Amino acid sequence: MPKLKIDNVEIEVAPGTSILQAAEMLGHEVPRFCFHDKLSVPANCRMCLVEVKPGPPKPQASCALSCADNMEVFTDSPMVKKARKGVMEMLLINHPLDCPICDQGGECDLQDQAVGFGFDRSRYYESKRAVKDKNLGPLIKTVMTRCIQCTRCVRFADEVAGTAELGMMNRGEESEIGTFIEKTITTELSGNLIDVCPVGALTSKPYAFQARPWELKKTETIDVHDAVGANIRVDARGNEVMRILPRLNEDVNEEWIDDRTRFAYDGLKRQRLDRPYIRDDKTGRLRPASWDEAFAAVTAKINKSKNVAAFAGPLADAESMVALKDLIGTNLECRTDGTQYDVSSRAGYLFNSTIAGIEEADAILLVGTNPRFEAAMVNARIHKTWRNRRTKIGVVGEQHNLTYPTTYIGSGPSSLEDLVKGKGAFADVLANAKKPIIIIGMGAFKRADGAAVQSLCRELAEKFNAGFNVLHTAASRVAALDIGFVSDKLNVEHMDVVYLLGVDDRETLDRIDPKAFVIYQGHHGDAGAMRADVILPGSAYTEKNGLYVNIEGRVQAAKQAVWAPGEAREDWKIIRALSGYLGRALPYDDLAQLRTRIVKQWSHFGQVDTIVPAEWKKFGGAGKVEAQPFTSPIDNFYITNVITRASLTMAKCAETAAENAARHLEAAE
Amino acid sequence: MLADQDRIFTNLYGWESYSLEAAKMRGDWDNTKDVLAKGRDWIIEEMKLSGLRGRGGAGFPTGMKWSFMPKESKDGRPSYLVINADESEPGTCKDREIMRHDPHKLVEGALIASFAMGAHACYIYVRGEFFNEASNLNKAIKEAYAAGLIGKNACGSGWDFDLVLHRGAGAYICGEETALIESLEGNKGQPRNKPPFPAMAGLYSCPTTVNNVETIAVVPTILRRGGSWFAGIGKDEKNTGTKLFCISGHVNNPCNVEEAMGIPMKELIEKHCGGIRGGWDNLLGVIPGGSSTPVLTKDVCDTVLMDFDSLKAVGTGLGTAGLIVMDKSTDIIECIARLAHFYKHESCGQCTPCREGTGWLWRIMTRMVKGDATIEEIDTLLELTKEIEGHTICALGDAAAWPIQGLIKNFRPVMEDRILQYRKRAA
Repeated sequence: MPKLKIDNVEIEVAPGTSILQAAEMLGHEVPRFCFHDKLSVPANCRMCLVEVKPGPPKPQASCALSCADNMEVFTDSPMVKKARKGVMEMLLINHPLDCPICDQGGECDLQDQAVGFGFDRSRYYESKRAVKDKNLGPLIKTVMTRCIQCTRCVRFADEVAGTAELGMMNRGEESEIGTFIEKTITTELSGNLIDVCPVGALTSKPYAFQARPWELKKTETIDVHDAVGANIRVDARGNEVMRILPRLNEDVNEEWIDDRTRFAYDGLKRQRLDRPYIRDDKTGRLRPASWDEAFAAVTAKINKSKNVAAFAGPLADAESMVALKDLIGTNLECRTDGTQYDVSSRAGYLFNSTIAGIEEADAILLVGTNPRFEAAMVNARIHKTWRNRRTKIGVVGEQHNLTYPTTYIGSGPSSLEDLVKGKGAFADVLANAKKPIIIIGMGAFKRADGAAVQSLCRELAEKFNAGFNVLHTAASRVAALDIGFVSDKLNVEHMDVVYLLGVDDRETLDRIDPKAFVIYQGHHGDAGAMRADVILPGSAYTEKNGLYVNIEGRVQAAKQAVWAPGEAREDWKIIRALSGYLGRALPYDDLAQLRTRIVKQWSHFGQVDTIVPAEWKKFGGAGKVEAQPFTSPIDNFYITNVITRASLTMAKCAETAAENAARHLEAAE
Repeated sequence: MLADQDRIFTNLYGWESYSLEAAKMRGDWDNTKDVLAKGRDWIIEEMKLSGLRGRGGAGFPTGMKWSFMPKESKDGRPSYLVINADESEPGTCKDREIMRHDPHKLVEGALIASFAMGAHACYIYVRGEFFNEASNLNKAIKEAYAAGLIGKNACGSGWDFDLVLHRGAGAYICGEETALIESLEGNKGQPRNKPPFPAMAGLYSCPTTVNNVETIAVVPTILRRGGSWFAGIGKDEKNTGTKLFCISGHVNNPCNVEEAMGIPMKELIEKHCGGIRGGWDNLLGVIPGGSSTPVLTKDVCDTVLMDFDSLKAVGTGLGTAGLIVMDKSTDIIECIARLAHFYKHESCGQCTPCREGTGWLWRIMTRMVKGDATIEEIDTLLELTKEIEGHTICALGDAAAWPIQGLIKNFRPVMEDRILQYRKRAA
């Protein structure tokens, strides 16, 4: 444990801690541009220079220098001040003075540090450098003249996204960041480039000139576009979501989010259900109605019917699902995507190794999954693990470019059977690994023999003592399974009344009896609403307080950032109101009472932000597994749910991705 | 003046063949096996005794540098020797003569030095523009392999040794040792942060020593004739041996010459170069050690000795010992402006002060040449060089700053006069 003095304050730090980090621990501000906690250290901006004794008589880059015993560090000596001023002056000579029209203004590292550490005037009378802007696709706006060549974006693309598409070209003052040959970038983590860029060189295209950071109300909440539950911050102005940013959570998303999470928010403003609708008996078309009319219509049907079923869609919060369960009672189902698996044991549907636990794995087996599309944050974690430890990764199912090298084992369940028998080279890898893990995607369960495949995977996990991990794609799923919003065998075809809580999956809609009465409660006019006889307008995830349980079984609380449009209401409240019409009022009148009711029955919902590990029990279904290969459930990363389907930005991204894929094919031919 | 029998580079001018046969006639590869048989420790001690300092410009004691290498690999990582033949410093042309005319000295030195550091492989990184030099060196390597002097069981010593020639692409920055290593690994040639120093983690993160061509080429002769012989030549115990000087510019006979360390500059120029064009009194100034060292005025040149410490004492450096001599017909401001352009062009662009600063310096210097500036801007210019110097990852920032600092220190009146003249004309 090196002991050193920083500005005459003694501190003892862990070996390998840089001086910059140690100074930070003491609360001494060291300015920096190129240094980023999660990226490698190039020490090229030279802003973090400090004076170190003993050492050469010149300042040292504190980000790259490890603490050593008996060092004396000065972060604010005359030598350091002079060096910083010099570096700041150099950074600014070719940086345009366009802060008033720059989107980074107000949250710009260069702006802040120029005020803190720079000169008050310029001595530069020469022409400034101009750099041609690059087209990086529909998400990232470039103003390359503002670039200060810190190379954070290059390192992010290399080290986190795993797509080495950016680089610094040319040298000296002509050096510029670019994609080598002109092309758009293809990583689904590209939005993070905006966050890592310390200046306004890379900014958000959809957010361009929309707002200033000080106008925004910031709400810390949870994302629902996949089942990872990335921690996000929703920035709103008035009642409008202006942008979405990541929040640091080392256990879940570190400090990254994928492009769907970040940019699909414009979908929240389009195609919204802002009032109830009833299908007119005469015209067969939906007509606007009042809440009273809508509830009356629903009450009439439910009271007359014996067979009422309820489905919970991918974006539902735990509270509304519990309320719906309390109201309907039986005939419940949450696996609306056509998947089949045994849910009797919690360990059988959780990501038991945890997302952070991936980093400890020395062998990973991917079964029927394309984590890059199904959970980009999990894929980033696998990439990180591979980068740090060169972990061996095997694939059973479709082959995709996952940003790290994989060993292809086979396409279907027969490969799993071989592995269980210890056949094949990868069986040896698993056998020799100390902490192997298996990740099973929905592609492995979206088939008639899903439960049998689940059994096979359990056997595999038991044989190699490997972590058993199910990678869900729906944010609501684990919570729904935890509260038992599920039935062993549900014949949708025989139901007279079907209550859809945000269900737009064709797999479920297509099975509903054409004569059945369908109630759709949700926030977007999409496939489910088209089929509905009554529409009850609910709230999107930014518009309600709700609990979500992510793949690991981690309970997380989403917070309301804005109000739902028009007459739309929070989902649990709609169900509570309906229960009154039905004459069996639910015993809770506010969210606190509802949550108390939830925690009483399922205590882990009371432990927000923690994981209650599942007990390992036998699970899975019997029966023969079929030979057909596994397929991935998501073929278009950008368009997966009602919000993304309503988003123009996501449509543009999908278009660009398709163009890139076509160009790739052309090049291959 | 250096006695003929003390010369190491006996074929500096290419009067004889560079082939193995001719090299052997000149004494190369003579009992190399016996030298190796004396062991690593003896070699390093003898190098320390010789007082040899690195010939690439920084002048770090070679024996000490070698002793930083691990005695044995504890973690299985191999050690490497990398020879820096990326000679690009303006005014310097000594390594190319060695590679062209005496390549076997380098090949033999590579074997001995690698052996002393426990390296089984050595890479020679040759500047991209040096086509003929790489070609001759390549021939020498092939000859040495064919004769069993290097390769498996080199010279019958039992030491396996491979020598690989790698040609760069002509970037000045790749002469910086860590940028050279990056380039050798196949990356963009950009200097690395230190620490870790190459002796800890260099090529492919393995212990590596990077030495200049001249440093390695003098090793066999030193070991054959003894470190004390080498130490006996030169000014004092810290500036020993012989050195190749490259004299260019306004002398009657520009040349490369091997001389004793510490020879007076005036003697060097008068004896070997036929004096300054128009006589010694026509001398304006000399850049003594390649373009990055600050220029000296005539009154200093009259008496200064050509060695590391004497030149350091007068505020400049021996560098690569490439003297650029300028007579009174020279526009000294334009000369330094040209150097500023060179450093702006060769900056790798990695760190801020050098990337932005070298361009700024050049632009101000361009105006200074015309006089289109203010007197105060001379001070700004000096301050800017101080903002770059010492604040960068590698020494290119320093190298860009020093010539301008030398100019302002020694020729400030010329600059001021130029500005006043310009103003007079403008008015």
